[in-house]
Amino acid sequence: MADDLSPARAARERRSRLLLLTPAMIILLLAASGPLLIVLIYSFLTPGDYGGVVWKFSWDAWFSVVAERDFFTDELSFADAHLSIFWRSVKLSLMTTVAALIFGFPTAYFIATRPKRSRDFWMLLIMIPFWTNLLIRTFAIMELIRAEGTVNMLLLWTGIIDEPIQMLFTEFSIMLGMVYVYLPLMILPIYASMERLDFSLVEAAYDLYATRWRVLRRVIFPLVRPGVIAGSILVFIPCLGAYVTPRVLGGGKNLMLGNLIELQFGQGRNWPLGAALSLSLLAIVMVALIFYVRAVGRDGEKAHG
Amino acid sequence: MKRTILMSTAAAFLAAGAAHAEGVLNIYNWGNYTSPEMIEKFEKQYDVDVTITDYDSNDTALAKIKAGGHGFDIVVPSGTYVPIFISEGLLMESKPNEMENFVNMDPTWVDVEFDPGRNYTVPWQWGTVGVTVNTSVYGGDINTAAIFLDPPDELKGKINVVPEMMDIMSTTIYYVGGEQCTMDKEVLKKVRDTLVEAKKSWLSMDYGNIEKYAKGDLAAGVNWNGASLRSRLLNEAVAFGYPMTGYPVWMDNAAILADAQNPENAKLFLNFIMDPENAAMLSNFARYANGIKGSEAYLDPVMAQAPEVVVPDELKAAGVISKTCPPEAQKIYTAIWTELQK
Repeated sequence: MADDLSPARAARERRSRLLLLTPAMIILLLAASGPLLIVLIYSFLTPGDYGGVVWKFSWDAWFSVVAERDFFTDELSFADAHLSIFWRSVKLSLMTTVAALIFGFPTAYFIATRPKRSRDFWMLLIMIPFWTNLLIRTFAIMELIRAEGTVNMLLLWTGIIDEPIQMLFTEFSIMLGMVYVYLPLMILPIYASMERLDFSLVEAAYDLYATRWRVLRRVIFPLVRPGVIAGSILVFIPCLGAYVTPRVLGGGKNLMLGNLIELQFGQGRNWPLGAALSLSLLAIVMVALIFYVRAVGRDGEKAHG
Repeated sequence: MKRTILMSTAAAFLAAGAAHAEGVLNIYNWGNYTSPEMIEKFEKQYDVDVTITDYDSNDTALAKIKAGGHGFDIVVPSGTYVPIFISEGLLMESKPNEMENFVNMDPTWVDVEFDPGRNYTVPWQWGTVGVTVNTSVYGGDINTAAIFLDPPDELKGKINVVPEMMDIMSTTIYYVGGEQCTMDKEVLKKVRDTLVEAKKSWLSMDYGNIEKYAKGDLAAGVNWNGASLRSRLLNEAVAFGYPMTGYPVWMDNAAILADAQNPENAKLFLNFIMDPENAAMLSNFARYANGIKGSEAYLDPVMAQAPEVVVPDELKAAGVISKTCPPEAQKIYTAIWTELQK
């Protein structure tokens, strides 16, 4: 179509396109880059006595993301506390993603293979809890797994255990909470790709004597791969920055990155460090996203090749 | 026709809005600390809509208010934080000492170190920091900070520590033999090492544990006396211990924020809580003592003899009234505290 346009008209078209894009660009610039710039600047300032910042340049915040100085001996060491929280966040987010995949994939498959009319009903069942407030769902989990909660009472009653299991305030309880909260974000994209899946291909595979496992691995999975990747990213990224779930189910002791950052702006009285940690979290998310873009990009190439 | 309906609906909404309340008041207070009954009474009496927002530590409140844009009118910091709030310019000099109900204030609480003569603040509740223990889990001596600093095996892994820096720091300083607000590096190193080692036996560092002690999620921990009493009223086995080595005595105080949007309603509120009957409503809910004379007559009988409220004579001497420590000391405490929280 571009061939039909005279060069002058094409130039005009480009100009007006640019003009129409301007409002969106301005909003993005002000609302996204602006605050980020403030965060970046704050990470190079000195913390005030009772929170806030003093306008004096300092590398200290970035320094203390990775290293710490013992304030009694002045000894320098790795900030293993920060690193262990970083590691815990990444580990729990990965575990949550895998668990959500293990539960989400069969669920999406189940729904996609139902008759068209009942699919909406099953989707509704997945969506309803998602409409409930996050905090309420988190407290509901707490009620289930506490020492005298439903699960322990049931296990005690059936005689499987003699003493309540400590589930609340552990890494397990954080993971359980996050899987429950983010599961729909895994099911939805997988279901979307699964719905478009041509099941005659599955039949064809069976006709060619493929085993069930082989059909899953060589036919279904490659075709719904984009959905799986999108779902994993949608679960992994919010988990990394999770705040409420670890706060309520981790008991304020098993911190994740979100809580560590909040701590710096509250009791820690160290805003620059909080800013530096926020930017570090952003960097991790960027790495995850780059991974996603490349993984999906490869898929696209394959489809054309 | 349609237009008329629209207009009359709009008018009805406006009228309803006007009939609802004269004004609003936004209170920023510790969680589960404000008697809903008393708020209802205040709303009715002055035709004001009250909104309450929670916090879980003095530092959280300080950070949020300092950041600005909060929209709160009233805050309830502990005495140790009042001078910080004042020096940071966050409180309004509302002169409670010129208010009508000021005559009810117990004279012991008028000339307090953190607000001499009460130009900024009004007592909310006062109490002690101690340890809560479920006596069906551990039957030994509970009047010691060792409950959370060097816990017996029965309690390990079932301990909660409230996330209130100064209370934990002070109790631990007394336990290792130091003085309030100490800057002695030897003592503070011992404090840090004791806390870091003890943390391995803790389950959580959380605010709001009344039902967790009652339901057995927690077997012991650092706690405030009134919260502990509320747990005991739900579960008889929960007891409160006063560390013999020293325990902090605190007072929380209501004050008006410098940038309050509704200062007149806030002043009405400060005067309101100095009324003995209203102060008693606060105590009957939160289960701490208040600083208002004549409120005893309205207190629930369960409070009159509660060992959580009436300190046993032999333990009275161990109580230390909390002071505000100098910024240099606070800096070291904050560093220890952040290290501990990670």
